[in-house]
Amino acid sequence: MNATGSTTPRRHALLTVFLKEVKENLRDRRTLISAFLTGPLLGPLLFVMLISVTLNRELDKADKPLPVPVIGAEYAPNLLDALKAGGVVPEPAVVDPERAVRQQDADVVLRIAPDYGKAWRRGEPVQVELFFDSSRRDASAAVERVTRLVEGYSRQQGALRLVARGLSPGIAWPLQVARRDQATPQSRAVLMFALLPYFLVITLFMGGMYLAIDLTAGERERQSLEPLFANPVPRWQILCGKLAAICAFSLASLLIALLAFGVVGRLIPAERIGMELDLGLHFATNALLLMLPLVVVLATLQSMVAAFAKSYREAQTYISLLMLVPIIPSLLLSFMPIKAQAWMYAVPLLGQNLGIMQLLRGDGVTGGQLGLCVAGSAVAVILAVLVTVQLYRSEKLAISG
Amino acid sequence: MIEARNLHKAFGPVKAVDGASFVARDGEITGLLGPNGAGKTTTLRMLYTLMAPDRGEVLVDGIDAAVDPLGVRRRLGVLPDARGLYKRLTARENIDYFGRLQGLPENLLKSRGDALIAALEMGDIAARRTEGFSQGQRVKTAIARALVHDPRNVILDEPTNGLDVMATRTLRQFVRRLKAEGRCVLFSSHIMQEVGALCDRIVVIAHGRVVADESPDALRAQTGEANLEDAFVKIIGSDEGLAA
Repeated sequence: MNATGSTTPRRHALLTVFLKEVKENLRDRRTLISAFLTGPLLGPLLFVMLISVTLNRELDKADKPLPVPVIGAEYAPNLLDALKAGGVVPEPAVVDPERAVRQQDADVVLRIAPDYGKAWRRGEPVQVELFFDSSRRDASAAVERVTRLVEGYSRQQGALRLVARGLSPGIAWPLQVARRDQATPQSRAVLMFALLPYFLVITLFMGGMYLAIDLTAGERERQSLEPLFANPVPRWQILCGKLAAICAFSLASLLIALLAFGVVGRLIPAERIGMELDLGLHFATNALLLMLPLVVVLATLQSMVAAFAKSYREAQTYISLLMLVPIIPSLLLSFMPIKAQAWMYAVPLLGQNLGIMQLLRGDGVTGGQLGLCVAGSAVAVILAVLVTVQLYRSEKLAISG
Repeated sequence: MIEARNLHKAFGPVKAVDGASFVARDGEITGLLGPNGAGKTTTLRMLYTLMAPDRGEVLVDGIDAAVDPLGVRRRLGVLPDARGLYKRLTARENIDYFGRLQGLPENLLKSRGDALIAALEMGDIAARRTEGFSQGQRVKTAIARALVHDPRNVILDEPTNGLDVMATRTLRQFVRRLKAEGRCVLFSSHIMQEVGALCDRIVVIAHGRVVADESPDALRAQTGEANLEDAFVKIIGSDEGLAA
């Protein structure tokens, strides 16, 4: 539609549409719940539960007595004493250690050979067997703990034997590995928080979703688009007013989510396992800056998809599929840790993902990265708006039946 | 004044409108009559610029719709075939929304809204949300919404469709009032009685073409039928899709 000869103040029409859509949707309970309750709060809640469970399990494993079935315990009382000192609780022998581990009756089973005592007294190396299943990740802490205790005992006894023969224990260990871990308490946390950017994107998505559907496919289904288009307002202005309303809702969702993350950030006992988590004001403002262009990208994408659909239900289906898109960068980054290149910041979603991970690591985001992020998203916005304006121009859009 | 000049519109192989020309004058009620599927709604949609004609021109008060669609829409009050209201807004808010989109200042918005609500006898529902409105209440709200900017020209697509007797009477009185105010009223219908009772001029459409454009009396005289219904049947060539 050409706007030639228009005397209607443009801002006015746009603002009118925006205010009406906001007012109307503030009266819709489903939209409100999705935008201000489930959308923004589900993420932080899920997050705090997930993290707490993980952390508590790790903490438990380190301190808790560890029951280990031991076969042939009577042959090595000293070894068992050493294990007991390390928190292992020897349990009665099992008949078939392989099966016990496979059936998850035990995390790890220790077997001591009957000739242990004889070999020990002769000073010969003896074998102790550990049965475990390395594909069971939850058992790995137990396996490692028992391994460490056995090896520690072995090294200690070895040293005693050398000393008894008048030799320095250092002879047996010509090399000493000193491990210098460069992980900071914050960067250790990152491993766990790889999904945080996705949660933020989903929040944006949920915040605007019902509006996007309602304002295009919904209005079309209710047959109110045709009367609306009979008004002397260019369609692009109507579209922009609607986009602004979607953005306002998803932005509100994001703010609530950031606030909620700030609160739960304090509840997570991250420092107890040597991690540091900053979800405070600094994180929130920077994350907001990063996500801001994405608000518009998603609002436009949702409107575009909804404009293709003929009905509310159809639009809902399409938009649910669209919701899978933002998970791609999160999965990509958590399964194949790629080194961030400059251009990646310009890719919408990927850029935000990288930026937020950097914030979590405590490295901060440079102005250049932020600029790329905004520029890349801006290009996406322009493209999506152009396509959607084109869709809005189509004669078929307004016609419901 | 609304002028349609040789309008054509095809959807794929289907010629919905195939060379329709007519004029709706100020201070007159013009009825667009035709059986279902004759191309009435498509013709009206071209008049209010929702669709662009494949060929032909639309002029409203002398403004070419192809050149200045916004100017045309500013001079039109339209009750489209689709009456969709915003159900989470009250009737009043529905009216105000369109008034603002028409660029009405706030003070005028109030007085125009009040006048329309009184004229359409909808004072009892003005402050209610439109969810659950009856068909008649919906049409009244949609008409008030369409006329809030006081347009010279009014297009009503089957306005009495689905209304009960009382609502129909109110609406007819309202349409006569629009005429008395000197407006150009163009409305479509497939109900002959209504067209015969209200219109100064009848444009009969069949198969996308204008087959007659006369006053009711002239139509009767032209066909030699004293009864309007018989006159229509004679013009259209069949009584399919018409309702008495």
